[in-house]
Amino acid sequence: MTESDYSLIVIALLPFVGALVPGLMIRAGRNACAMFTAVPTVLALTMLLLHAPAVLQGEVITAELRWLPQLGLSAAFFLDGLGLLFAGMILGVGLLITLYARFYLSGEDPMGQFYTYLLLFQGAMLGIVLSDNILLLLVFWELTSLSSFLLIGYWKHLPEGRQGARMALAVTGGGGLAMIGGMLILGDIAGSYNLTDILAAGDQIRASEWYLPALILILLGAFTKSAQFPFHFWLPHAMAAPTPVSAYLHSATMVKAGVFLMARMWPALAGTDAWFYIVSSIGLITMILGALIALFKDDLKALLAYSTVSHLGLLTMLLGFGTPMAAVAAVFHIINHLTFKAALFMTAGIIDHETHTRDIKRLGGLRKLMPLTFTIGTLAALSMAGIPLLNGFLSKEMMLEEAAHTAWAGSVYAVPVLATLGALLSVAYSLRFVAHVFLGPVRDDYPAKPHDPPFGMWAAPALLVVLVVGIGVLPHLAQPLVVTAAGAVTGGVLPDIHLKIWHGVTPALYMSGIAVLGGAVLLAMHAPLDRVWAALPRPEAKVIFDRLFAALAGVSRRITEATHDGAMSRYLAIFVAATTGLGAVAWRGGGLPPPTRELLPIPPLVAIGWLLLVVAAGSVVLLHRQRFLALVVISVIGLMISVGFVYLSAPDLALTQISVETVTILLLLLALHYMPKTSPVESSVARRLRDAVIAVAAGAGVSALAYTFLLRDTETISQYHLDNSYSGGGGSNVVNVILVDFRGYDTYGEIIVLGIAGLVIYAILEALLNGPAARKLRNAGYNSTLSRDRHPLMVVIATRVMMPVAVIVGAYIFLRGHNQPGGGFIAGLVISIALLMQYMASGFAWTERRQRVDYHVLIGWGVVIAGLTGAGAWLGGRPFLTSGYDHYHIPPIEEFELATAALFDTGVLLAVLGAVMLMLHSLSRIARYAGETVNPEPMDYDPSVRPMVAGKEE
Amino acid sequence: MNHWIIAPVVLPALLAPIIGFVMRYDIVLARTASLAGSAALLAIAIGLFVVAGGETQVYYLGNWPAPFGIVLVLDRLSALMVLIAALLALVVLVHAVATGWDNRGRHFHALFQFQMMGIVGAFLTGDIFNLFVFFEILLIASYGLMIHSGGRARMRAGLQYVVMNLAGSTLFLFALGVLYSTTGTLNIADLAVRLQEIPPEEAALVRVAAMLLMIVFALKAALFPVQFWLPRTYANAPAPVAALFAIMTKVGVYAILRVHTLIFGPGVEATEGLAGDWLFPAAILTIAVGGFGVLGTRRLMPLIAFSVIGSVGTLMTAVSAFSPDATTAALYYLVHSTFAAAALFLIADLVTRARGSDALTARPATVQNGLFAALFFAAAIGAAGMPPLSGFLGKLLILDALRDPSMIGWAWSAVLIGSLMTILGFARAGSTLFWKSTAVDSGDAQDRNTGQNAGQNAGPTPAPARAIEIAPAMAAIGILAIITVLAGPLSDYLEGTAGQLFNREGYVTSVLGTGGEE
Amino acid sequence: MEIVIASSVGVLTAAGIYLILRLRAFATILGLALLSYAVNVFLFASGRLAINLPPILSPYGEASYTDPLPQALVLTAIVISFGMTAVLVMVALGAYLETDDDRLDIDGTDQGRNDKNGDKAP
Repeated sequence: MTESDYSLIVIALLPFVGALVPGLMIRAGRNACAMFTAVPTVLALTMLLLHAPAVLQGEVITAELRWLPQLGLSAAFFLDGLGLLFAGMILGVGLLITLYARFYLSGEDPMGQFYTYLLLFQGAMLGIVLSDNILLLLVFWELTSLSSFLLIGYWKHLPEGRQGARMALAVTGGGGLAMIGGMLILGDIAGSYNLTDILAAGDQIRASEWYLPALILILLGAFTKSAQFPFHFWLPHAMAAPTPVSAYLHSATMVKAGVFLMARMWPALAGTDAWFYIVSSIGLITMILGALIALFKDDLKALLAYSTVSHLGLLTMLLGFGTPMAAVAAVFHIINHLTFKAALFMTAGIIDHETHTRDIKRLGGLRKLMPLTFTIGTLAALSMAGIPLLNGFLSKEMMLEEAAHTAWAGSVYAVPVLATLGALLSVAYSLRFVAHVFLGPVRDDYPAKPHDPPFGMWAAPALLVVLVVGIGVLPHLAQPLVVTAAGAVTGGVLPDIHLKIWHGVTPALYMSGIAVLGGAVLLAMHAPLDRVWAALPRPEAKVIFDRLFAALAGVSRRITEATHDGAMSRYLAIFVAATTGLGAVAWRGGGLPPPTRELLPIPPLVAIGWLLLVVAAGSVVLLHRQRFLALVVISVIGLMISVGFVYLSAPDLALTQISVETVTILLLLLALHYMPKTSPVESSVARRLRDAVIAVAAGAGVSALAYTFLLRDTETISQYHLDNSYSGGGGSNVVNVILVDFRGYDTYGEIIVLGIAGLVIYAILEALLNGPAARKLRNAGYNSTLSRDRHPLMVVIATRVMMPVAVIVGAYIFLRGHNQPGGGFIAGLVISIALLMQYMASGFAWTERRQRVDYHVLIGWGVVIAGLTGAGAWLGGRPFLTSGYDHYHIPPIEEFELATAALFDTGVLLAVLGAVMLMLHSLSRIARYAGETVNPEPMDYDPSVRPMVAGKEE
Repeated sequence: MNHWIIAPVVLPALLAPIIGFVMRYDIVLARTASLAGSAALLAIAIGLFVVAGGETQVYYLGNWPAPFGIVLVLDRLSALMVLIAALLALVVLVHAVATGWDNRGRHFHALFQFQMMGIVGAFLTGDIFNLFVFFEILLIASYGLMIHSGGRARMRAGLQYVVMNLAGSTLFLFALGVLYSTTGTLNIADLAVRLQEIPPEEAALVRVAAMLLMIVFALKAALFPVQFWLPRTYANAPAPVAALFAIMTKVGVYAILRVHTLIFGPGVEATEGLAGDWLFPAAILTIAVGGFGVLGTRRLMPLIAFSVIGSVGTLMTAVSAFSPDATTAALYYLVHSTFAAAALFLIADLVTRARGSDALTARPATVQNGLFAALFFAAAIGAAGMPPLSGFLGKLLILDALRDPSMIGWAWSAVLIGSLMTILGFARAGSTLFWKSTAVDSGDAQDRNTGQNAGQNAGPTPAPARAIEIAPAMAAIGILAIITVLAGPLSDYLEGTAGQLFNREGYVTSVLGTGGEE
Repeated sequence: MEIVIASSVGVLTAAGIYLILRLRAFATILGLALLSYAVNVFLFASGRLAINLPPILSPYGEASYTDPLPQALVLTAIVISFGMTAVLVMVALGAYLETDDDRLDIDGTDQGRNDKNGDKAP
């Protein structure tokens, strides 16, 4: 029964490949472009038709490519009766549309784009009907939404086009997303995403407790796509698209995708009460509602759009009935609706194109002026009305027949009556299309002089009308296709069908009799009814949608702008509060072992130090508005902490802390030159209270953590470091050995941080001094804020004497670092402090001029040396940063191990020195912008001249 | 030992100072070196990626045995992340050079190389404190890049970015303190071992450590409620930098994957369920924030930034399940979202330059309007998770993996509704930028936005973007296309990756099993 | 002793956090400085407290030492936070000089760049 044939994949992909063509061929002219666009379609159609005989024999052709097996997604295609029917429609109509569009589009319209989008859509649509994998189907499903978005918005400059496109995307795309959920559930129930398997697992699916959610989600997708109530409103607005698009997407193919899906899933989902009541009721409502609105639309395309909605409802209802016969009727009506509706759209397009209006109220009497169009339009319209000898009649009879004996919630009459009403309305608007457009007196106020279009334009609809009549007169010609397609829908079970015109006197005949007469009557009294309709208050779907969307957007904007309004202090408050809260939660989740350490005593000195620290911390909080003061107090805290480190046997830390402290404070002081000296009181009391609560809570939390672990021992890895520091690292200062050896990689990273800091600061400065800031600095007279006596004699001399001393001290600290407290980092800081002193004492400019080395280069060398030292180990085949010590175990070991470790440490020293000095250098450049004077003498022994000189030089 | 493991760290680390300190006066030289360096980095990354297909490799720095020294660990996950980073870096760098962004301030290339060193180092390290050090490296470099070329708005946004991350770094240290105080070790593998020995009734401290670390990483990943810093930062960063930052949020995600799977992961009684229970709701809310933001913002750059937040949310929703399946899905989506975001930012840069502003208002159509529209459409489809690009597959994988009854409802609705909002947001932005603009009469537009060179007739027309300027954006989209087509093989690799990640014993033995050459 | 250290850390943290929640960049700088003191002590304490047991190996045979590892970590942390502080100060200074405003919060809900200054034309 099934045969594998990869040409199927070619068919499915041809349109996508073809989509590349028009963009290029448009350069060769519009005819060439249209022709080359037709090529892939023609190819695909022929290949499809080659398969047709086999499929009509009941064979199923399949083809599969692996794509994402982990997910169960594969590029699997299959072609059965239903697929054949739809694929044929898509490609066939696609071909006609291509032809029609060539003549419809005007010179300004970018035709290449149009055809590209068209082919993209064609491919997506083809993919839907050929997919044998529901995930693959989803892919194509969303693709149709996207391509229709592009096609509806094709006339970019028209607002209704853009809005229609967005609305269509919102509705159909949203439905598609819902469908993703449904399909995933479905696949889970059936244990496979392969469509064939799922269709086979129908009973299992209907039995599952996940059936209803899956059904609803999938139907959401189908209903939105097929414009079923209450999602019908997007379709008429999609009519802003060029008429070929309306004819193709919004009557023939895309809107049928939902119907197709329901037909496709029929064996898996249909046959339950849920299915019957949801699907058939929605269908019925949509049918009547659509027909009713259509009757009162004056825009030709709007009329046709709503009639499409109504017919889609009809199809949905039929599928909802869930009986095989209804399925047959549905399939047959799909074909018929395609033929007459596409023809009608093209007619409307012709009229629009020739008379430059689509407003029925401005038309009429075109019969004589456009005889050809008249014939085509009338035949199609009558078929839509369901007049005998036209194909519309046949399928409508079958529909009424089915409706006639369908009971809805026990009531025998509900469905038949309503179905008849729907038919009646559709007769009315169909006749109106004919009467108000073609019949009546010829008018003299058409916007343009109407006449029949060129052959290329009427050929396509004409061909369709031939089908309308052909099937209408000789229905059994369509029989094989209908039977196979319907068979595919119902999964084989079919009554024997004979499509014929005369079924004898059946209830259906009476019903359609009533429909025709009633329709005629309704049309006769259209004018008064129209006035009534116009008077009636009725909800305008688009308005509602727009309101909803606007509301959503508004809410989003408010939420977003309220929460992301740049209030950094709030962001931080949330961050801290959340952290404290979550920390507490985590803490409560676990217990604690009993304490294992006894407390160390608290000597009075320590208590005093503690008191100092607490007071200092408190006063920083209180004094933070007096900025200089705050800085001074902060340095006290730093001092206390360094002392604490000494006391708690961490000499290296103490040294580092104190020197970093000094440098940081100095830098802050310098920076503060150029910032406001005080902060105003801004935050409210409540606000401060809130912050205080958060702060205290967090502080308490941290204390609790610290206290908890301070009372408990843990065995750590550091015993190893103590044991191996000397033997392995060749140093007795374990901390230093850890820094340059055990964890040298951290130190490497750390000096790189310093290096980057230097770069960043330099870069910021460049940006500043080339920005508006520079001018501001020039004008600001910062000197006024400084003491007149800027470079006191004593300090100058003192610092200059100190300089060499400091350097020697630095060198000493550096050299002993590996065995005693000290090391490259501290040494670097000490030296840079000495240099800083020069700046403080003698002024930036003076020192600048005596600066020999470029700090960039200093940092660079530092980082590079450290890096190369590390890389040097590769020569010995050792890993990065292996210290020289353990290479050889022959004397002279000592020098050798000193060599690499110390080299690395030199890198650290240089980087630190360079970074600190570069930061300073940057500040000094600001200083010079700020009008600080260059001091010509080696030292300024006469401070009193300063301001005058300064004055002069500014 | 395979010395190539350290190469991706050392290469930029040596290159950057030379560029920054020696070549700093010659932009041509700097560009050449930087591009060459990034290309080499990519080559190395590919090499490591291939190697990592085998078993986990460990690099004992300073030749000290684990857990006493610092180790680098090359497994499938780290190799993957390094590869993504290197690839992204090259794309972004080309854009920066082509558009001249790199020359609008000082030291772009040096900082860029340091940035790469930090990112790559963070992915490769097997030591939690060293992770901190490399976080600092990549952060301080990112500060420089973020405020590259200065400007009012950028400076102030930069200040916020710096402050937020300094707070984060402080928290990181607190967390490390707690962790060391209870476990007495820093090596990730060793930590994994010790954690399994800690009974729940003694777990209070480690639980706190786990939670604090999670918050630190969540801050990097921009997870609710610590995502507030991201939009303004990304919106004000130079576009190429914003594109590079697409990997920065992923660093946070990576850290959570690594630490909260290996150390505090499933099966560890001490921290049972701690991470997942809190990550899941946070991720859901993050999706919401992203969705609202995409619909609610008035400018293009923030819009993209919010879509990044949304994608992080989706990603973390999958991560929070802490199951191999979900992790596979998450990793696929991670690769996708990185390049999708980058593509969007790069395109936004071209559009913004052509329009003279990134405001989502109708202005006269610019030169190459059609081309930009097409690129934006493609990238937006990717970011919004619409077919045919990888985002759709990623979402399917994630939804498919999150079938746990406790999650399915929230996760599915959040992900699906989130993508709908994203789609709508992008559709509106795109139609305003590229369609509505065709309707704007440039004449009166000139009066409206004088001074800003927006479009053909208003002000001087910006030169059309050259091929080399558009190439990187196209490349990013191309990568999305490739991972779509090769979804099968890629997910094979990722399945292996997730499997390796959840095989704690495997990791521990490969790190601690073989000591250094003592 | 333990209580002294624990409480000092708590006090410093609380003070620091209160300050970073202020509105001015300078207060934030002070706050972060306090926080880095706090965290350094905290990290150092994670090696437990010991008096007169510096981790300097004595040449005279067996002796006990305090845990050296946290000290090394704190050293690294201090250096890094020094670099960070320097950058922070510079950025704050830059932001102030550019905008004449040293507040941390940014008014205006507009996330976007400032067209003229944010995005110089090449």
